[in-house]
Amino acid sequence: MSTSRRQTAEIVGLIALFLGLTAFTVVGFARDWMPPVASRHGVGVDGVIHYLFDATGPVLVLGALVLSWFLWRYGRGRAAGSPATNARAEFWWSIVPVIGMMAITEVGVVVKGLPVWHEIYAKPPADAVAVEVTGQQFEWIVRYPGPDSAFGRVAPEFVSKENPAGLDRNDPAARDDIVLRNQIHVPVGRAVNLRLRGRDVLHSFSVASFRVKQDVVPGILGRTLFVPTTPGRYEIACTQVCGMGHYRMHGAVYVESPEEYRTWLQHQTGWLQR
Amino acid sequence: MSATGDGGFWTRYVFSTDHKTIGKQYYFTAVVMALFAATWSMLLRLHLAWPQSQWPLLGKLFPGLYEGGVLLPERYLSLVTMHGSVMIFFVISLSLVSGFGNFIIPLQIGARDMAYPFLNMLSYWTIVPACLLMLGSFFAPDGAAASGWTAYPPLSALADATPGEGLGQTMWILAMALFIASFTMGGLNYITTVLNLRTRGMSLWRMPLTVWTLFIASIIGILAFPALTAAAIMLLLDRLGHTSFFLPTGLVMGGEVLPYHGGTPLLFQHLFWFLGHPEVYVLVLPAMGIAFDVVATHGRRPVFGYRTSVWALVVIAVLGMIVWGHHMFVSGMSPYVGEYFSVATVLITAPFSVLALNLVASLWRAELRLTPALLFVLGLMAAVAIGGLGGVFLATATSDQYLHNSYFVVGHFHLMIAVVTFFTIFAGTYHWYPKMFGRQMNQTLGKVHFWLTVPSVVIGFVAMHFLGMGGEQRHLYDPTAYEFLRPIQWLNVFISIVMFVAAAAQLVFLGNFFGSLRFGARADSNPWQGTTLEWTTTSPAPHLNWGAELPVVSRGPYEYRTNGVPSGYLPQHAPPLEVARATVSAS
Repeated sequence: MSTSRRQTAEIVGLIALFLGLTAFTVVGFARDWMPPVASRHGVGVDGVIHYLFDATGPVLVLGALVLSWFLWRYGRGRAAGSPATNARAEFWWSIVPVIGMMAITEVGVVVKGLPVWHEIYAKPPADAVAVEVTGQQFEWIVRYPGPDSAFGRVAPEFVSKENPAGLDRNDPAARDDIVLRNQIHVPVGRAVNLRLRGRDVLHSFSVASFRVKQDVVPGILGRTLFVPTTPGRYEIACTQVCGMGHYRMHGAVYVESPEEYRTWLQHQTGWLQR
Repeated sequence: MSATGDGGFWTRYVFSTDHKTIGKQYYFTAVVMALFAATWSMLLRLHLAWPQSQWPLLGKLFPGLYEGGVLLPERYLSLVTMHGSVMIFFVISLSLVSGFGNFIIPLQIGARDMAYPFLNMLSYWTIVPACLLMLGSFFAPDGAAASGWTAYPPLSALADATPGEGLGQTMWILAMALFIASFTMGGLNYITTVLNLRTRGMSLWRMPLTVWTLFIASIIGILAFPALTAAAIMLLLDRLGHTSFFLPTGLVMGGEVLPYHGGTPLLFQHLFWFLGHPEVYVLVLPAMGIAFDVVATHGRRPVFGYRTSVWALVVIAVLGMIVWGHHMFVSGMSPYVGEYFSVATVLITAPFSVLALNLVASLWRAELRLTPALLFVLGLMAAVAIGGLGGVFLATATSDQYLHNSYFVVGHFHLMIAVVTFFTIFAGTYHWYPKMFGRQMNQTLGKVHFWLTVPSVVIGFVAMHFLGMGGEQRHLYDPTAYEFLRPIQWLNVFISIVMFVAAAAQLVFLGNFFGSLRFGARADSNPWQGTTLEWTTTSPAPHLNWGAELPVVSRGPYEYRTNGVPSGYLPQHAPPLEVARATVSAS
């Protein structure tokens, strides 16, 4: 092969490579990888992700096309015009992407993202189901306030195998607190006001189907809010590395009909009353 | 100074104060550390693809890591932690910033050496014990640190929290402290050298972009690293002195209430990311700078938008210092603060777009020479585009609610601070090898290396984004432990196979690199017809870089096919145009 034909072949190969990588990226992103959404704000989170994909995907394709054109035009040994500095071209080449990217990204953060962000961290509605989750190596201790609707006092010195939540036996409000391991039951359609506690290392409470993720930080009472929309069983995962058992620190959220939930709740007894 | 020039073996090759020798020492150290860190990543990929399989042979090779041929979960976390820490601080920083930086800054600005040659030597010899401590931590009684490269307390502060958090984590912290000390010495040296030792005529606006980026990266590093130094000292005190900087009241471990009071783990995260995020730019900016130099030289045209690029660098540096909280959207930090960090972070897309698009536009009206160096810069453009746009998904707090700590993050940061930097390390190596060793690397093998590397690593890391979209979290020893992840486990198999190809391709590079030391064709002083000052001295450059006379600069760094020499180029030291036209365009 002559040098110029060889160079043309290389350029064609490079263009195929870059267009191929771009196609792989775009087609891959377009596939729906996410587990089906099962919470109200989750629809909004997905909306932001889809918006960002729709807005940045064309930018990526455009970039690949420009790169390919430059390679085709200037890569095959043909004479090119003078590349001398052109202040006007530089100005437009900078200002258009600056404005374009600022618009795309700030729309994502503020216009699309902020209302959903507000939904996650808003004040919970009055009828919200209160649940407390404590992360510890390597399990989730779940607590409901019980019939009195008040969480009883807990303290680290009371924590033991028999009393995983560390309930204070002298606090009347603690008597009826319901304690479970690695499972949460909630009624469909009602807000869940999740209180998060940690007592050893960092963990992160996440349920992929709900688009919920919130770190569990010892010393800080965390919280997050979600409204489950579809009955079913959803896996809880720890998403902050917490030690050798991190990978098996899982549990499940059971989203039930209001009746099922009520029945389930009635069959629970306070941990200290058992 | 003459001691380094004509001294014996020890002063010439070991305790040298010559910036070129020190640059090469850093580079070779990084190569050795890369072999370790890459091997660990292959063990991780093997395990992630087939988490239930047994590998008796590996069990024999690495008896501490495997039991019954199965990688232990605590060792898995140690390998992840060490892979990340070593790659970021002891491979990419060392080769790109310390290696190329030391080698090229004096040569490109026309200086005989660094401003503080002894400090430079001290900086290298501080890194050596840091490397040994890092590697040696695998031999600590319960293994190497296992708290991730971010070392978040309380996990990293409590020796009993998980295997690896005993002596291993202490050694990790000490190694990091030594690294920071060394990097600070290097940064001070770079800043002083660039400000004080430029040759006559080399104004700031005539500096090559490689020097600009290293200069700005050094300033960022000097400002950001003290936060991590403070964090490391406090963490060490929490571990050894039972203070409570990062440890709150009421910690319970093994049924015991621990005697700590009043600290908060979030403080560490703020301090860590105050360094951690700027550190990304400390690595990525020099990568971009080298890419500009390579694209100008091998594309035969001035870089597009030299001045706007420099201003974009400055804006990135400033913004990069005030956006660290985007790593903490779901950390328990106030959601109002989170929203600020989100708004501020995505502003960086503006100057970064300018920088990246100026690089792409530097192909406009170019006359491309498809050398391996240029090819890898083209590969960088693809990776920067995908990685940069993927970053927007993580910088937006609301979408990060889902994507945080998932494989989307793993894919994203590998594209930005592994692929972009490694592609530039390769480009820089193919580009400056003649100046470093006086020989050429084999160009055909360089192309083989490119064609095996670029498709595999980009596809592999992009596919990690898909895993993250599917909800797979990072630091996950066994993805099949989760029902909802089992349907996408095939992606892990796919990624691992692609990454094995990528790793094998690096053997081509290493073979070419070491083989060419001996068998490469001799290189003359300016094999690429470059314009910058390093090409005005012999290959390899002598001690003190030039003979009696230092080059004098009379023009900018990228005068290719412009200013009356349409087919030629004007080196920076070429005399003013009237004199030059007659001599250079003829050649």
